[in-house]
Amino acid sequence: MTAASPALEIIQPGMLTTVQDTGRYGYQRFGMPVAGAMDSFALRAANRLVGNPDRAACLETTVLGPQIRLLADACIAITGAAVAPLLDGEPIPMWQPVLAPEGSLLAFQAPQDGLRAYLAIAGGIAVPPVMGSRSTYIKAAIGGLNGRALAARDILSAYEPPTPPRANRRIPHGGIPAYGSQAQLRVVLGPQNAAFTRQGIRTFLTSEYAVSIYSDRMGYRLEGAAIEHTDGADIISDGAPMGAVQVPGDGKPIILLADRGTTGGYTKIAAVITADLPKVAQAMPGGVFTFRAVSLDEARAALREQQAILDAIAAPPKLALISDSAVSDILDYGGNPITLASAAPITPILQRRSGRARINGEDFDIDITIRRANPDAD
Amino acid sequence: MIYPEPKFLPAGDAALVVELGDAISPEINRKALSLSLALEKGGIPGIFDFLPTYRSVLVFYDPLALSPAALQDALTRLLQSPGEDADSAPQAIHIPVLYGGDMGPDIGFVAQHAGISEREVVRIHSGGRYLVYMMGFSPGFAYLGGLDPRLATPRLQSPRAEIPAGAVGIADAQTGVYPVASPGGWQLIGRTPLKLFDPDRSPPALLAAGDYVRFVPLDDADHYQAVLRQAQADAYPITKEAITKEALPE
Repeated sequence: MTAASPALEIIQPGMLTTVQDTGRYGYQRFGMPVAGAMDSFALRAANRLVGNPDRAACLETTVLGPQIRLLADACIAITGAAVAPLLDGEPIPMWQPVLAPEGSLLAFQAPQDGLRAYLAIAGGIAVPPVMGSRSTYIKAAIGGLNGRALAARDILSAYEPPTPPRANRRIPHGGIPAYGSQAQLRVVLGPQNAAFTRQGIRTFLTSEYAVSIYSDRMGYRLEGAAIEHTDGADIISDGAPMGAVQVPGDGKPIILLADRGTTGGYTKIAAVITADLPKVAQAMPGGVFTFRAVSLDEARAALREQQAILDAIAAPPKLALISDSAVSDILDYGGNPITLASAAPITPILQRRSGRARINGEDFDIDITIRRANPDAD
Repeated sequence: MIYPEPKFLPAGDAALVVELGDAISPEINRKALSLSLALEKGGIPGIFDFLPTYRSVLVFYDPLALSPAALQDALTRLLQSPGEDADSAPQAIHIPVLYGGDMGPDIGFVAQHAGISEREVVRIHSGGRYLVYMMGFSPGFAYLGGLDPRLATPRLQSPRAEIPAGAVGIADAQTGVYPVASPGGWQLIGRTPLKLFDPDRSPPALLAAGDYVRFVPLDDADHYQAVLRQAQADAYPITKEAITKEALPE
């Protein structure tokens, strides 16, 4: 059984501190936004440094970080924006596991580089998963701690780590990103690049765009040269992935991010490649972007490089492939037993569970979709 | 029209648009829905989400587990195999609505704009059957087709700061229900006591793409309160009316 116990008390919440994981996928067709970490690389690196699976929930801070009291001895790691964290007033390293004793006070300072930091704790933050994810989506008050940003006096539990905490994991040399105030973002053109004039595409790929103050977890509005459409900015509404660069009628691009609506009715000229999304997530208002079009192969090579850094911290999480109902004794993160329906045809989805499972004494990360055996049996 | 061959359009390096036509039509929408149903059943390794819309499906995949070429091959096979027809068992979900009064403060404007009485607005709106083309915009929001053109009304000049969950409105040629409280500029003609979205319900949304919707007028505020109490206790029996294929709009 994976038990959870009180681990962190929020003394000061900071500007916007939320519980996030890798996002709530699987429910977009019900209109549910994905949410999740803005900088998924930093979140996953923090998790691997403390021995968690990639999907474990962490705290995401924004600009002004929180002050947090440790309620139990814990192995923690802080990644993302350079926030010069202090433990009982003493500097502790980032991008490295740290053993923090019970009663100690963790404080974040103003970021020197970047915008969002991630705090992972061995075992992972224990909040109830909602639709398969622990991510906070504030607009609909779903997930995280009561669907909201953290506040003073909040107490967060962590799951018991499956193995005793070790502080010997390291990120490989050169693996720590520098964010800076300028970034070149690689994009894949499409899906509606045909809705722009040649001059419009050229403007997009040769101009500098500044991050405006109207930027949040939903998206970043950019200031810069207007991008010219062939025939208007409206399309028949369709789906939008994280990083999509939407260009409404005024020609000013908006990069859609974690809390974006699932669908939209404006042309999307391109999408930022997955490997460069952390540069967006970590850019402050006033930061400057340029865009460079790349092929899908180049995008994949960049992502593979990033994945290699994570794999060098800790072995990739094992995935238990569960194919029949004979497998029993499967527990989710909260220690709740998971039961499986096995008969086909299997539709629609009943429930999605993910987390860590112990099978024959060995730990696995699982991500299971449980479907109804008979769709008509309501 | 339906494209003779589907268009595969990249949406970044981890999502692919499968576009099936260039218009809003039940026929193209059914194709998108059939692909979505096939994906729900098929479980192609490497695909971790999909989202059917008016005329396309956005497929989310892990590019390290599935190459774009392999993904395209798998999707082409799914599109070619005679899968489950999206409209094999269509149903109309009945949504009870208290029209007018405090619940629908703009019904007078809609009536005036159409040059008919408020009673006539209710009759026309509740007489229609609306296709859920897609879900999106916010949790549980359904894009409905089929509003009688007589009821088409422009949005408010200035949007309201907050519209309550369950508000039923009209915006230009669209009608819909606000599933969660949010700001908005729709002309409000009524409200439903039902929960359009509930994270603890499975599936969380009351409506799904491919369903039809019928709005059923409630008698008065007492009737509304009675349904509301049932809905809040998850004890309201939702009416799902089976629709014959012949009765479907072309």
